[in-house]
Amino acid sequence: MSVPETVPDAGSGTVRTLLDAADLARTVDRIAHQILEKTDGARDAVLLGIPTRGATLARRLAARVHAFEGLAVPVGSLDITLYRDDLRLRGVRALEETSVPPTGVDGRLVVLIDDVLFSGRTVRAALDALRDLGRPRAVQLAVLVDRGHRELPIRADYVGKNVPTALGEQVRVRMAEVDGLDAVELGPPAPPPPGYAPSAVGNRPEVQP
Amino acid sequence: MNKHLLSAADLSQADALEILDTAAQMDRALAGREVKKLPTLRGRTVVNLFFEDSTRTRTSFELAAKRLSADVINFSAKGSSVSKGESLKDTALTLEAMGADAVVIRHSYSGAPHRLATWVAGSVLNAGDGTHEHPTQALLDAYTMRRRLGRLDGLRVAVVGDVLHSRVARSNVLLLATLGAEVTLVAPPTLLPVGVETWPASVSYDLDAVLPKLDVCMMIRVQRERMASSYFPSAREYSRRYGLDARRMAALPEHAIVMHPGPMNRGMEIAAEVADHPNRSTIVEQVANGVSVRMAVLYLLLAGSPAGSREGDQ
Repeated sequence: MSVPETVPDAGSGTVRTLLDAADLARTVDRIAHQILEKTDGARDAVLLGIPTRGATLARRLAARVHAFEGLAVPVGSLDITLYRDDLRLRGVRALEETSVPPTGVDGRLVVLIDDVLFSGRTVRAALDALRDLGRPRAVQLAVLVDRGHRELPIRADYVGKNVPTALGEQVRVRMAEVDGLDAVELGPPAPPPPGYAPSAVGNRPEVQP
Repeated sequence: MNKHLLSAADLSQADALEILDTAAQMDRALAGREVKKLPTLRGRTVVNLFFEDSTRTRTSFELAAKRLSADVINFSAKGSSVSKGESLKDTALTLEAMGADAVVIRHSYSGAPHRLATWVAGSVLNAGDGTHEHPTQALLDAYTMRRRLGRLDGLRVAVVGDVLHSRVARSNVLLLATLGAEVTLVAPPTLLPVGVETWPASVSYDLDAVLPKLDVCMMIRVQRERMASSYFPSAREYSRRYGLDARRMAALPEHAIVMHPGPMNRGMEIAAEVADHPNRSTIVEQVANGVSVRMAVLYLLLAGSPAGSREGDQ
C-alpha cells in the first residue's frame, strides 16, 4: 500500500492528533458561521446529524448558531443503518436513534452532518433515507473531516479539515458527549474484524468504531 | 442471535433486549413518515406458511416483511397441495426450491417449526406451534410492557386463563423470566399443564388475591377449539372466577395495564368495558407493536446473513 508523503508517520503504529479540543471547537464555530453565511441566515435550515458523532456534531452546530444569531435551528438525527448497502457483507448492526424535528423536511434546506467523509456511501444512504422522509428544498453536507478516497460522486459543502490519508488508516473523531474528550486522531490501520474480507471492494468501514 | 427463532427459551437476555431496542428504533425511524417503507430486505423472500387460521399474526408478519421491502409469499393450507395430502417436508422443500430466505410457520402440531428448521436452508420463525410456543407474541408483549411501564426487570405480571392450551402463556413465561419479571400463572387447576411447577413462574388459583399486587394483568383466551372434554363446569362459572370485569379491574393498582393477545372472547375471560378501557387496555397497541417487533426480528435474522445459499445470489 502506498502512503502519501503528507502523512509521514503512517504505518509506524503511532496515533497522531490532527485536531485537539480547542482546534475542534474553532472548527465547529467556523462551520456554524459558514452555514449561516451560505444559507442566508439558516432561516429554513434543518440540521440532521448521522449517528453517533454526526448527531452530536449537529447538536453542537445548532448550539453555536443559536449563540451567534439567537436562532433556534431545528436539529435531529437520521440513522442510516437500514439503508446501508453493506449489511450483507458486514453483518447486522444495532440501530441508532432517528429523530426528525417536528417541522419535518418538506420544503426546507436540510444540512446533513457527519463526522468523517470517506467513501461517500454513508451519505448516499442518508440521501436515500431523506427521500423517504420528505422532499427538502435542497440538501447540503457538512463534515468535520474529509479524508478522501471517495467511491461515489459526492462532495461536502462545509469541511472542517481536509486530511490526506492512506486507505487503511483510521480517522477517529472523539467527542466529549460520547467519548469523554474532544479530538480528531489519525491512527495506523486496524486489524480487520473476524470474518471481514479486506479484498472485497467497497465495504470499508466509513465511521470508525 | 441464532439463525432461527423457534422458542422464547433460545433467546438470551442480550438477544431479547437487542430485539426490543431494535423494535423501538424501527418505531422511531418510521414515526410520522409518509412512506412507511425501508429498503433493508430488498430482494429477500419471506414465506408465510400458515397451516392454521390466523388474522393478526399472518398480516403482522406480512406487513413487517413488506415494510422492509422483502418479497412475501403467503401460503395457507387451504387451497394448497396440503389439502391433497402433501407432507410438511415436501411442502418445505418446494418452498425451499423457490428460494425462501425465511419461512414463517404456524402449525397445529407442537414442534413442527423445529422439524422444518432441519430441512430448509433459510431462517425459520415460529409463528405459533400447537400448544407449545409463540415467541414473537411474547416479544411484542414484552415490548408493550416496556413501552407502557418503562422497565421489565422486577415487573409483576399475571398470566390468567387457559395456560394448558396456550402457546402465548408458555412463551411469555420463558421470555419474561429471562428479562427479570416475576410471573404468576392464574388458572383453574384443570387448565394448568402437567409439570407447571418446573416453569419459572408461581401458580395461583385465586385471581382476586393476585390482582392488587400486579403491574400487568395478561388475559389468555379460553381455547374452546382445542378442548375435547370439559375443563370447567360452565362458561359462566369460569367467567365469574377467572374473568376480568370492571370490578376486578378496579382492584388493580392505578398504573397497572391489561393485556390480551387476541382474539378475545368478550364476556368470557375479559369484559367488553375492560377490553375497551382507554388507559388500561393495551390490546390495540399490542397489535401495532407486533409489526415493529417482527420487523426487528426479520432485520436481525435476515439482513446480515450471507444470502449465498440459493441460486441467483452473487
